[in-house]
Amino acid sequence: MSLGSTPLRYRISIDRERCMECERCIENCSYGVFRREGEKIMIDSRKCTACHRCLAMCPRDAIMLEEYPCDYRSHPVWTRQAREAIYNQAKTGKIILSGMGNALDYPIIFDRLVLDACQVTNPSIDPLREPMEVRTYLGKKPSRIEVKKKENGDVELVTELVPNLQAETPIMIGHMSYGAISLNAQLSMARAVAETGTFMGTGEGGLHERLYPYQNHMIVQIASGRFGVDIDYLERGSAIEIKIGQGAKPGIGGHLPGEKVCLDVSCTRMIPLGSDAISPAPHHDIYSIEDLAQLVRSLKEATEWKKPVFVKIAAVHNAAAIAAGIARSGADAIVLDGFKGGTGAAPRVFRDHVGIPIEAAVASVDAKLRGQGIRNEVSIIASGGIRESADVAKAIALGADAVYIGTAALVAMGCRVCGSCYRNLCPWGIATQQQNLVDRLDPDVASKQVANLINAWTLELAELMGAAGINSIESLRGNRDRLRGYMLDESLMSVLDVKQVGA
Amino acid sequence: MGKTVTIDAKGMHYTPLNKKIRQAVADGAGEIIIDNVLGQRFIGNGLRGDATIVVNGVPGGDLCMFMSGPTCIVHGNADHAPGNTMNAGKVIIHGSAGDAVAHSMRGGTVFVRGNIGYRGGIHMKQYDDKRPILVVGGNAQSFLGEYMAGGLLIVLGMDGSEYFGRGVGSGIHGGEIVIRGDVDGSRLGVGAKKLPLTEDDRQRIAPVIREFAGAFDLDPAELLNAEFTRIVPASARPFAGKYTWE
Ligand code: SF4
Ligand code: SF4
Repeated sequence: MSLGSTPLRYRISIDRERCMECERCIENCSYGVFRREGEKIMIDSRKCTACHRCLAMCPRDAIMLEEYPCDYRSHPVWTRQAREAIYNQAKTGKIILSGMGNALDYPIIFDRLVLDACQVTNPSIDPLREPMEVRTYLGKKPSRIEVKKKENGDVELVTELVPNLQAETPIMIGHMSYGAISLNAQLSMARAVAETGTFMGTGEGGLHERLYPYQNHMIVQIASGRFGVDIDYLERGSAIEIKIGQGAKPGIGGHLPGEKVCLDVSCTRMIPLGSDAISPAPHHDIYSIEDLAQLVRSLKEATEWKKPVFVKIAAVHNAAAIAAGIARSGADAIVLDGFKGGTGAAPRVFRDHVGIPIEAAVASVDAKLRGQGIRNEVSIIASGGIRESADVAKAIALGADAVYIGTAALVAMGCRVCGSCYRNLCPWGIATQQQNLVDRLDPDVASKQVANLINAWTLELAELMGAAGINSIESLRGNRDRLRGYMLDESLMSVLDVKQVGA
Repeated sequence: MGKTVTIDAKGMHYTPLNKKIRQAVADGAGEIIIDNVLGQRFIGNGLRGDATIVVNGVPGGDLCMFMSGPTCIVHGNADHAPGNTMNAGKVIIHGSAGDAVAHSMRGGTVFVRGNIGYRGGIHMKQYDDKRPILVVGGNAQSFLGEYMAGGLLIVLGMDGSEYFGRGVGSGIHGGEIVIRGDVDGSRLGVGAKKLPLTEDDRQRIAPVIREFAGAFDLDPAELLNAEFTRIVPASARPFAGKYTWE
């Protein structure tokens, strides 16, 4: 091999003074970095993925991990990543697959937006004392309502309302399928959303029967592969989501490799054991916006108009025009998935280069729908790169009704964003179907952690709202006046429809 | 067999029509005859049970989508995607049908007496005892059986025409496509390969052909003995080998 090996990505070292040779690192590292040879614990750093399992489990804090211990000659154009991708493709001639979200160093718009707070001229609200309304209804709202006065003076609603989802917080968990992640991971999140009164997505992997008790908090997905989709599945969900695209890989389908299709995954997806589960790029019954309207209505008709139907697209250049079409398809909510969204596996070139940031997509979709007078026809759910409660507040102020979190929920269960989900070896029991690894994730504990995260963010959101003198999430929605751009260029600020700091 | 209920669909929107069908099934109807159907979509959508629905006229798109059990007989042509993501039951169309017939079908049977449009049987899949079957009496347009992951798709070419589509079975990774006559290799999509129909295969598909002939009052003899080409996946992993890891 004329290329030889590339420098180590991570170097693991053990402080031999501290180490008590308990072998927990050997047990815990599913990638096989550690082994025992006679008296010594040996290390093969090349196998390390920086999942931090060993560090977290070492009782003596004896393990140290160093990233990129060996430098290339530094060069602003020929980065390490660029060079290593070439070595890889020179060897294989193949498309590079990668995990987790966008890894290029794009500026993060959320971090260049700041929130407002009240001082003197209007009082802030103390959420401890005053009620804070963070409950969010997702779905169509009538443009006007008609009421009738009864004889006793009460009023009665005459307008017929269509079903909405009632979420106790605008923070929901996005779609990560059983297959991509483990049943214990799904179970933990399902319990957490049930406890916090919010919702999570099933992903395109069917609904395992152990999740049936939480079905009132599950949004079932129908994607181009139609895995696990039958009428029972559709009826179980509290809402149905048509997945058109995904922020991590806009424009392409996906496939779950046969190795991950174990017995249980096979029966939940309803495909043979060990077969590839291929989701084509488009839905082959949707080649136009009219066809989308047909599927939306077909799903409603099949479930007797009892379920809201969401449509999820990747945030792309034309998202606003596309969303306007979706809003007219009869859909109840549009999910916009920004280019920082995570995934179990996506071609690197798509993950890093295709799509637009969620901040710009939400703002432009909201503006377009308002401009056309149809914002009430659909809710907007923002996803892809929501890392903290401030991002939630900013996304809502830019026009979203609610957000989906994905990676953040996994991180709450232990994920270290090592990006090796595709290997089926996730040492945290999240992105794996290997039973010994799955067993490491205890749903009793992990569900509590995810619920804690949702509760904590919701509390912070209420505090942020209170500080801004806002006592209801409705008043934050699309409220650009509560945002200012800091070091953003003028044209981007005009897309976001926010003013400059100081203005 | 329960009672027969007749519905006049003239000028009716699909939602009240489907409500009536559901009501009839709930009331124990064994046969539901719908007259004057003209473009109403979603007939039999998500319906369970074992009733027979007779559609007189031309139903609109997504006929019997997600259906799980009933039989639907159409005396006329059908539009886009009849049998879409169907789970169980039968759809028997006496005329021709549009594109994406039996799209993602998971179980049950779709018989079309005439021709079908593009992407017939696309992404049909099987699991356990669920093995969907699509039989086309006439001919089929291009992209037949694309991404097929299971099931059986037969094109009988009863109008005497040779198979003329292209891109047959692109990305097929399960199931089989059986087409009357020889299919030139250039008509196959990436990931598909053709094989001659063996005597065993012929025995295996014979009951399906007999059932098809029975549904339309045809003599099965000639069909049973015709020449067929069998198209199957070149590999169960068409996309393995396309990727390397970061
Ligand atoms: S792969 Fe994870 S457990 Fe193994 S050495 Fe690296 S950080 Fe530690
Ligand atoms: S979920 Fe994926 S990124 Fe997170 S720790 Fe597991 S393998 Fe690594």
